[in-house]
Amino acid sequence: MSTTLEVRNLRTHFFTRAGVVKAVDGVSFTVGRGQVLGLVGESGSGKTVTGFSIIGLVDPPGRVVEGEILFHGRNLATANEEELRHLRGNRIAMIFQDPMMTLNPVLRVDTQMIETVLAHEKVSREEARQRSRDALGMVGIPSPDERLKSYPHQFSGGMRQRVAIAIALLHRPELIIADEPTTALDVTIQGQILAEVQKLAATTGTSLIWITHDLSVVAGLADEIAVMYAGRIVEGGEVGAVLDAPMHPYTVGLIGSVPSRNRRGEPLRQIPGMTPSLLKLPAGCAFRSRCPRADEACLVEPDLLELRPGRRARCFHPHLEGVGA
Amino acid sequence: MTVYLLRRILQSLMVLLAMSVIVFVGVYAIGDPVEILISPDADQMERERAIAALGLDLPLWQQYLVFLQNALRGDLGRSFVFNEPALQLILNRMPATLELAFGAMFLSVLIGLPLGLYAGLKPESIGSRVIMAGSILGFSLPTFWVGLMLIMVFAVQLGWLPSSGRGETVQILGLHWSFLTANGWSHLAMPAFNLALFKISLVIRLTRSGVREAMLMDYVKFARAKGLSPARVTFVHVFKNILIPVVTVVGLELGSTIAFSVVTETVFAWPGMGKLIIDSINVLDRPVIVAYLMVIVLMFITINLIVDILYSVLDPRVRLESKA
Repeated sequence: MSTTLEVRNLRTHFFTRAGVVKAVDGVSFTVGRGQVLGLVGESGSGKTVTGFSIIGLVDPPGRVVEGEILFHGRNLATANEEELRHLRGNRIAMIFQDPMMTLNPVLRVDTQMIETVLAHEKVSREEARQRSRDALGMVGIPSPDERLKSYPHQFSGGMRQRVAIAIALLHRPELIIADEPTTALDVTIQGQILAEVQKLAATTGTSLIWITHDLSVVAGLADEIAVMYAGRIVEGGEVGAVLDAPMHPYTVGLIGSVPSRNRRGEPLRQIPGMTPSLLKLPAGCAFRSRCPRADEACLVEPDLLELRPGRRARCFHPHLEGVGA
Repeated sequence: MTVYLLRRILQSLMVLLAMSVIVFVGVYAIGDPVEILISPDADQMERERAIAALGLDLPLWQQYLVFLQNALRGDLGRSFVFNEPALQLILNRMPATLELAFGAMFLSVLIGLPLGLYAGLKPESIGSRVIMAGSILGFSLPTFWVGLMLIMVFAVQLGWLPSSGRGETVQILGLHWSFLTANGWSHLAMPAFNLALFKISLVIRLTRSGVREAMLMDYVKFARAKGLSPARVTFVHVFKNILIPVVTVVGLELGSTIAFSVVTETVFAWPGMGKLIIDSINVLDRPVIVAYLMVIVLMFITINLIVDILYSVLDPRVRLESKA
């Protein structure tokens, strides 16, 4: 299987007045062709910044300070803005979290779609319009011809997200970065969109980075999972294996936090404490202060190690009980 | 749309009516024009004849009803001083003021929008800091002082521009316009800039804050994620959004520019309505004051209506029917 994207030791820092915020601090992962990577973590764990770093849209005071972002072998971390612009929306597309905010409220849908086509290809307006209409049809928007002439506010949230996805699909990108695209939607709409995306990824060979905090979405959609905490990946591996037998205490806590019918009547489980401020990360493991297994060893930062075949975790005291050798 | 317009027109008539009552009573309360208009050495007979001729012998409410009756026929009374129809007097002066006001608004958009856009896109640059500091001056320096300084520099010392009057005018549709001649332009330049200074600062600040806000919006980031050129993101995605507040404020300011061009007109001896109203207030020339305010109110109402309609053109989310 060929590799679409390989991220090596990515560090994106924000240089604020209060200090340096290490939003992404040494993240590495690979996404193969047609593969879906689920990037999971709490708010502020650096998932979104990782996504923006890949397409070079980190705004000042933020900046990629270290690492390589290899897209088909080409390092995007050192690419210039013009080169990145030709990749964005063309070979790497992004879908945002809030469909209410991603479409420009004062421009018609056709304007916003046609400009995307014309930004990367020299075709006639008429052809660009046809392609836009076909893309809308593909994501399941009824009577796309009429809908093209509508303004974003005339669509429901789910429909707007479909439009955003249609825009992302216009150039049949090799990689789509989806930043919590279904979080703001109803469960039923979420299901439809997930099914749609899964079908598209399978038929077009598009790779996906699916950023979310919703484990159930990842379970149904992703091939691989990477769990982020305080700017670092703390656990990674094949999605079924990780969810069945998580090794890192944070992943265990995250999965445990999902309310379950089997534990009815018991108080809901939670991870004690709060995500530490990225401005003042304590030395050693960032999860130390909230971890039931922490001891003196955790005062030193653990490395992300392959503890079992295909299973990586960043922990001195991993849960290895349920994991096969 | 039709229902909406009818409703607006009805509202406007109510505003006009209320305004006329307030002004009528207000001017009556300030003082008695008789004391100013009739020479002190006139005898009692002459006085009474003059008072009766001006219709000032009736009680106030009757005076008002007479005024209202005439107003319905389009007659807003005759000036006590000039003995000409007040409306005619005002309309004769209007082109000069309109020219000045539109010139000023044009300048404020022409200068304010690009500067504000630059200041919003590069907030940390030295250029932006200079622009913002300049806009504070534009806000805080008194208009009359800036006007005098302009005259001193450009008219007295450099001798580039004339210091007063309208210059040559061209007559179109029975009205005199000076913006059609080169000489007229040179007369218009300084007063228009003087009047525009405050608006330029306003437009700069409005545009800058609008741009800074829009740049943080997801739709701008999404537009960039689509691979659009920075120019397209700025001039289509950002620009169209900031036009909404700018059009609103510029539109509303147009009314106040017309109404309060008094200072600039006085400094530059610009023969407009502002000069007329100041003179009329001094001699309590009530018909002119009332007629002037009626015209101004009508202008405000019309401008507001136009702004509302423009607004719905710019912002598809606004539908006028829903407000009616």
